[in-house]
Amino acid sequence: MKFSTRSEGAYQLIALSGEIDLHHSPQLREEILKTLKAKQNLLIELSAVEYIDSSGIASMIEGLQLANSSKLKFALVNASQAVMQVLQLARLDTIFPIYPSLEAALSQDS
Amino acid sequence: MANHACKTAVCEESHETNVAIEVKDLVTHYGERAILNKVSLSISEGEIRVIMGGSGSGKSTLMRHILGLNRATSGTIRVLGNDITGASQREMYALRKQIGVSFQGGALLSSISTIENVLLPLREHTQLDEETIKIMARMKLEMVNMGGSEALMPSELSGGMAKRAALARALITDPKLLFFDEPSAGLDPVVSAELDELILRLRDALHMTIVVVTHELESAFKIADRITVLDQGVILMTGTVDEIRNSDNSDIQNMIHRRPRKTPANTGDYLQRLTARK
Repeated sequence: MKFSTRSEGAYQLIALSGEIDLHHSPQLREEILKTLKAKQNLLIELSAVEYIDSSGIASMIEGLQLANSSKLKFALVNASQAVMQVLQLARLDTIFPIYPSLEAALSQDS
Repeated sequence: MANHACKTAVCEESHETNVAIEVKDLVTHYGERAILNKVSLSISEGEIRVIMGGSGSGKSTLMRHILGLNRATSGTIRVLGNDITGASQREMYALRKQIGVSFQGGALLSSISTIENVLLPLREHTQLDEETIKIMARMKLEMVNMGGSEALMPSELSGGMAKRAALARALITDPKLLFFDEPSAGLDPVVSAELDELILRLRDALHMTIVVVTHELESAFKIADRITVLDQGVILMTGTVDEIRNSDNSDIQNMIHRRPRKTPANTGDYLQRLTARK
């Protein structure tokens, strides 16, 4: 897994790529929780994710729950087919806010 | 990557480059009786392989050998690139972290709750945060339609629920290789159909290689990329669903059409068993 972070409007954006499994998800979880605890809205960009297992999804669920309880915004952007299949398998595709592009996510605030 | 669209002879060739399980000339005995006799098969990554056969055909024994639970008399078995025929306990322990198994009886620990059963492999084998582990366990329970049942004790589960909880536990680490022993046995038709759908979606979403041991024909024909038919310790045939359906092998047609055998398969063996003489 590789990731980079940057600011996008009112959000902090984490862009993920590669494979996210049991070995990488603790790092992802730490980054998500760190951002939300700093009271920043969060977008996670997933277009270059080739594989994600349920530990990676669990880290994002924990982030969504924390964002909701902290009244922060949390959304997924550009989810690759690999990510969508796992979200659908766990029936989470209707639980996460998911946007087809960064522009679509940012325009929700305008 | 999954190669799950392969139900043709052309795809069969590309399967060979990504082999998840390879068994060559496997022979095993209980006492002097051969249970598996020169069994060879190759299962590709991302494939759903159904192993069928009647009671005593050797299908569960074959699964136990592939899992390294039994030692063969002769032959070789490679699993996820590892030769397990001479593997040490430590090597098998490492390999089994990549394998999920749902045994026929469920094999849940009776003294702990359903969710504690499901998350046990993660606690044992990973350093994941406890919150992550619990979310993963609840996700797996949701996948098998057991959301909200996490606090129940195994004694409070119906047979079908116990089987699904065992499946959730087998899935908890997102294993590369998943074994189901008789997943549909004892389940009502709706739950059985849901399990079939789940098996297909697991393979597609998580690229799992899945081996299903069953004698439920309807389920086998729905989920299998290829079917291996065992009879009295030998492979009668391996083929796609259509190849199995159209086989001219009388034992396979008997199995498909639920016809009883007319004669013992091997009269010499049969006579020996009756007279207990060699």
